[in-house]
Amino acid sequence: MAIPISYNLRNVVRRPMSTLATTLGIALVVAILVGALALASGFQAALVETGSPANLLALRTGADSEISSGIGRDAANILRSLPEVAAGPDGRPLASAEMVVLINAPRLGQSGSSNVTIRGIGAEGLALRDQVKITEGRMFTPGSDEVIVASRMARRFAHCGIGETMRLGQRDFTVVGHFSAGGSGFESEVWGDDAVLMPALNREDAFQSVTFRMRDPARFAALKQELEADRRLGIQVRTERAWYSEQSAVMGQVIRVGGVFITLIMAIGAIFGAMNTMFAAVRQRGREIAVLMTLGFSGAAITLSFLIESVMLALVGGAIGCLIALPINGITTSTTNWASFSEVAFAFRVTPGGMLVGLVFAGVLGLVGGFLPALRAGRQTLAAGLRAV
Amino acid sequence: MNLMSLVLVNLGRNRLRTTLTMLSVVVALFLFCTLRGVLDTLDASIRVGSEARLVTRNAISLIFPLPLAYRDRLAALPGVKSVSYANWFGGRDPVDPGNFYAQFACDADTYMPMYDSDVEIIAADPPQAAIALPPGIDPKLAAFMSERDACIVGESLLKKNKWKLGQSVPLSGTIFPGTWTFTIRAVYHAKNPAFGENSMLFHWKYLSERGMGGQGIVGWYVLQLADPSQAGELTKTVDALYANSAASTHTETERAFQAGFVSMYGNMPFLIGVIGLAVVFAILLVAANTMMMATRERIPEFGVLKTLGFGDGTLFAMVLAEAAIITLGGGTLGALLAKVVIEGTKFNAVGFLPPMTVSWATVVTGIAIAVLMGATSGIVPALQASRLRIVDALRRVE
Repeated sequence: MAIPISYNLRNVVRRPMSTLATTLGIALVVAILVGALALASGFQAALVETGSPANLLALRTGADSEISSGIGRDAANILRSLPEVAAGPDGRPLASAEMVVLINAPRLGQSGSSNVTIRGIGAEGLALRDQVKITEGRMFTPGSDEVIVASRMARRFAHCGIGETMRLGQRDFTVVGHFSAGGSGFESEVWGDDAVLMPALNREDAFQSVTFRMRDPARFAALKQELEADRRLGIQVRTERAWYSEQSAVMGQVIRVGGVFITLIMAIGAIFGAMNTMFAAVRQRGREIAVLMTLGFSGAAITLSFLIESVMLALVGGAIGCLIALPINGITTSTTNWASFSEVAFAFRVTPGGMLVGLVFAGVLGLVGGFLPALRAGRQTLAAGLRAV
Repeated sequence: MNLMSLVLVNLGRNRLRTTLTMLSVVVALFLFCTLRGVLDTLDASIRVGSEARLVTRNAISLIFPLPLAYRDRLAALPGVKSVSYANWFGGRDPVDPGNFYAQFACDADTYMPMYDSDVEIIAADPPQAAIALPPGIDPKLAAFMSERDACIVGESLLKKNKWKLGQSVPLSGTIFPGTWTFTIRAVYHAKNPAFGENSMLFHWKYLSERGMGGQGIVGWYVLQLADPSQAGELTKTVDALYANSAASTHTETERAFQAGFVSMYGNMPFLIGVIGLAVVFAILLVAANTMMMATRERIPEFGVLKTLGFGDGTLFAMVLAEAAIITLGGGTLGALLAKVVIEGTKFNAVGFLPPMTVSWATVVTGIAIAVLMGATSGIVPALQASRLRIVDALRRVE
């Protein structure tokens, strides 16, 4: 079946204003969709990529966040001396018992405050997280009143600049460095020495979590079973990665569902717009359609050709939509993850997958919006078309 | 035939197009008002907080507790009528961990009288034996007050979980380990809708005995003031009192305390606002396109009308009126639809927010935006129509 594609192609450019309006309408819908997906995947990436697969995280049984957990010093020592724990270059076990608390900190540049995670790390805390790099200033000196702040947080909260002091409980701490952590959840935290932070914050009795690297990651299942059955410990063990993806599950879902809900409703509006344009196109070109029929194109071919025109229009809109959404890639935003009750800073991530979803969605919009008008075009009778003005 | 009927006839000549455009405006304003409704709901959640109450929490953050010993000293402050306190329990449904709802351990003797004007007990079990109730407690709460592991739940929460009075509800503690079982002895209805009906309240004493090893630790204190105008001054007094103690305090009005939670959403409300505007703009394009198509088709007619003596201004008004009717009609429908649908279904996205509302202010804003949309989308075609020269108009065939 011959389809007059070049005819449709040329028509798209013949009515620029109307084409532009429809295309832009679809572009905005697609931009919102791609943007929402970028938000969800950025949020999820911030948490999922926090963990290293070889690192295990121990929390108290029943605790659903680090802050609600508590692990006594005895249990922490038992974990640290396990034969399964990998050794660092200096021969010490790669394990860090950590204090995790929240402080309510004022925002920078906007009113209000939010909960910022403060993590007191042990001597091996940094060695366990390969992705953490000091970007400015220096690492805190163990045993001193110094902290380092994730650079994403430093831009969003007061008292986080290098040289500034931050009051944590009973003491003032000096910010000596900023760090990045490869887009992970650690980029929402403030780090210091647990030996100094714990007394300052009245948290001497217990750590919140113990993170350790396994000598042999294949032993995970057996080790988990063994540790969780140990009544001295009273802990649950997960891989760091599994833990963080669990923490992001609800919030990521909320963003995604919200985004899809908004897009679907907007899509209905955009489909009506596309239908309007295509109906007008079909009516205006009644004579042309008749001529095409005279030339031997079948009704089905004409229907198909108008459908293709509509889809093409929508795809152009979809592509523009992706382009509109592209600049938000990398923009940092932050919100509270209610699962951990703390602020998470993350960057929008416009992924190829998200853009593909946007384009496919645009195509579907064009198909649905163009269907009835195309049907009308194909069903038009020759005589009526030629008579029409 | 007056002008208005001419406008209406014009709207009716391509019913399909008018309907489609109107529907897209309905959809746009529905979405706009729904998104604004999210922000309205956040606002409403602040209003549960009274200006006549202060909340005192640990200065570091809410996750740090305060000693019970502060209670008597706070109650003795001049200007403080009564003091109550509560803790966040943070239990999870052991069967379905995704079934989240808030549980608070509160000092019922003082907490229930304090929130008397916000909640109403609508159902309660009778007590097993008559007991003396503290002053200000609803007599219906006798059964709840006499049992240490009893709880009160919100009406919506009860319905959602298909619970019944007298039923035991298990929870696994996240902060306070172990499995906890509470017996529902009363159901409350939120007279102040912002209070929310998705919470469970139980006795702080029970939590303290079982979960804290008798150590009295308090999540936050609520101070009822005799005179709200003293709030600012009392805030400073309280915080100065504990400035150099092991647990220094942060005191603010209850409303500011609630606003703090809304502030935790960070940039989300801003993003929602941006999306709302994008929706409006997208549909503006659709409406403008339709109006342009409608005028372009009728250029020869405009020529005829002008020949008959219709003035430029009249034609301008006619085209504009046509656009305004489409957007105003669609906009009003969409905005009202949002109000009815969202509030009718009592949609509740997050357990600790009040049920979603779409305020009348939002509906009015939505309709105003629709009118503005009509004016903007109609202005170019209206200008075209009014500036048309008769000769040009009549010469055009298509």
